[in-house]
Amino acid sequence: MTQLEACTRLLDPWLAHTVRIVDITDEIADVATYHLEFVDPDIGKSFSFRAGQFNMLYLPGVGEAAISISSDPAQRGTLDHTVRIAGNVTGELARAGDGATFGLRGPFGSAWPIEEALGGDVVIVTGGIGLAPLRPAIYELLNRKDEFGELSLLYGARNPFGMLYTSEYDDWGRRGLSVTTTVDRASPGWDGNVGVVPQLLDRMPLSDPANTTVMCCGPEVMMWYTARSALGRGIPPERIWISLERNMNCAIGLCGHCQFGPTFVCKDGPVLRYDRVASLLRVEGF
Amino acid sequence: MNPETTETECVFFPKIELQSLITLLVGDGYHVVGPTIDQAAIVYDKITSVDQLPRGWTDQQEAAKYRLERRDDDALFGFVVGPHSWKKYLFPPLTTVASAQKTESGWQMQTPEPDTTKYAFLGVRACELAAIAIQDRVFTGGPYVDPVYKARRSNAFIIAVNCAQSASTCFCTSMNTGPKCSSGFDLALTELEDGFEVESGSDIGAAVLGRLTTQSLTAEHSTMAAAARQQAVDQQTKQLNTEGIRDLLLGNLDHPRWKDVGDICLGCTNCTMVCPTCFCSSVEEVSDLANENVERQRHWDSCFNLSYSSMSHGTTRNTIASRYRQWLTHKLGSWENQFGTSGCVGCGRCITWCPVGIDLTEEVAAIRGDAAPKPPGGAA
Repeated sequence: MTQLEACTRLLDPWLAHTVRIVDITDEIADVATYHLEFVDPDIGKSFSFRAGQFNMLYLPGVGEAAISISSDPAQRGTLDHTVRIAGNVTGELARAGDGATFGLRGPFGSAWPIEEALGGDVVIVTGGIGLAPLRPAIYELLNRKDEFGELSLLYGARNPFGMLYTSEYDDWGRRGLSVTTTVDRASPGWDGNVGVVPQLLDRMPLSDPANTTVMCCGPEVMMWYTARSALGRGIPPERIWISLERNMNCAIGLCGHCQFGPTFVCKDGPVLRYDRVASLLRVEGF
Repeated sequence: MNPETTETECVFFPKIELQSLITLLVGDGYHVVGPTIDQAAIVYDKITSVDQLPRGWTDQQEAAKYRLERRDDDALFGFVVGPHSWKKYLFPPLTTVASAQKTESGWQMQTPEPDTTKYAFLGVRACELAAIAIQDRVFTGGPYVDPVYKARRSNAFIIAVNCAQSASTCFCTSMNTGPKCSSGFDLALTELEDGFEVESGSDIGAAVLGRLTTQSLTAEHSTMAAAARQQAVDQQTKQLNTEGIRDLLLGNLDHPRWKDVGDICLGCTNCTMVCPTCFCSSVEEVSDLANENVERQRHWDSCFNLSYSSMSHGTTRNTIASRYRQWLTHKLGSWENQFGTSGCVGCGRCITWCPVGIDLTEEVAAIRGDAAPKPPGGAA
């Protein structure tokens, strides 16, 4: 193989790299975090990602699934993915144990607007599994706390048992992230908020809405209501960012599946500026 | 290969010399692909002889209709376009993009060696040159390059043929893609009664042409070739008003016409299979029984398939109307945002091969509001 050929092969976007499960953290029912490392340490060293990006996890013989990275972009330890059992690939992953190997292509897609948010306040609004793609952003914001104003997390779940990463909230709070939670349905012992998460945004104090950035991930209807609430609070439309989900097959803009109007969610998204997609968000079946 | 074409001197070669061209290309290691008749249609397949071309045949096309008929001459390229397009070779309907093997140290993934097959395409029409240029943008113009397409495309030798007629389904003049071949070829032919007017469009094309026995073009040949090309323009009746078409379609996502066409559309995917620019695909796992050797096979897919937009928690486009809307708004609208060009070249295949005769030009006219009230699918 010539050097050029070798180089071209490395750039083949279809080539998955072998990763190994180092550890598995059970999070909530049907959700676990898989801590991965590349079998080839050189690839591990060269792999970097930005908060909000995703990988294609490849279970040979079963297929691929697009899964957001949920670890700290600044940490050179394991590459973490918090996965809910939802289909064939994630189901097979749930049957894999420590030491199991599979494939990974990535990272793909756009990132949360950390640089755009510099100097201002940040409100993260999310629900359920949607906290996973935002956790890297939380880590990065806290690592660079001095560069931002007030940092807030508004997090909703169906019930108190549906909340991810609860053991980290105290630490996040100590480091400067105000964490507010709510549940759709309370259970015995819950004395916190009850209601949908956009209502938290309606109620929270905002000291400087014009310089506040919203990062939102959840079901489309939830993101739409969150954006409506943010706009109502005086947050500029260009400071509202959402993460979309669509069927993804190739992750490289070649297969067509993830199109949302002009947007390829895989390469133009998944993180998108709300005002650029707002007109299509409520179109039935688009 | 076949970069931007500059105006070159045309020459003439007699019909018999076309066989020399095919033989020469085969000798150079090319798989020559050209039009040939199979199952009562003119398709593109490997050929080695001019006798495999559809000599003396033409195609009659209209919405939901395609018939071959005898011509009253021996023209080799006296037809328009059939169900195949060249994407069949550049973007194969089924191809392996990667593989995985289970070893003692875990799964190992590979991608295939670059495909070194050299294709020579004989009989590429102007609309098809435009379609190839569009797929070039799709597969090689973005941040990720498809290695399968790139390898085949970079090796391809393109012999264009100017249309001398138009079908009732053709509207390349509306899309500014034809009927004259103006760029993107190595050689371009215009068929005359006794031979071809030939123009080279690249250095490689000129080199090949230099190895054939050619004659200088007479004024009479030149006049006849121009008249043949003009005939294709004059015969074209179908039109698509493309003015502001992206905003028209994306601004009318709730238009009742989508439901009307959705009621008639079968969701069969024919339009996307015959379209020379549609690029949608899916990758599937094909494994041995022990699941130790797995191939990742990419096959053509279609936005008309229900599963195409399915996710674990539901399907985005549940109705045929929403899928037809996706196809048309993408093809004629959002394609412009994505690739800086329309996704339609005006070849008319989707009209001909639609089993219920849905005509996209009529759908656009209906949404524009300048159509006589007429149900989708033509006939009342």
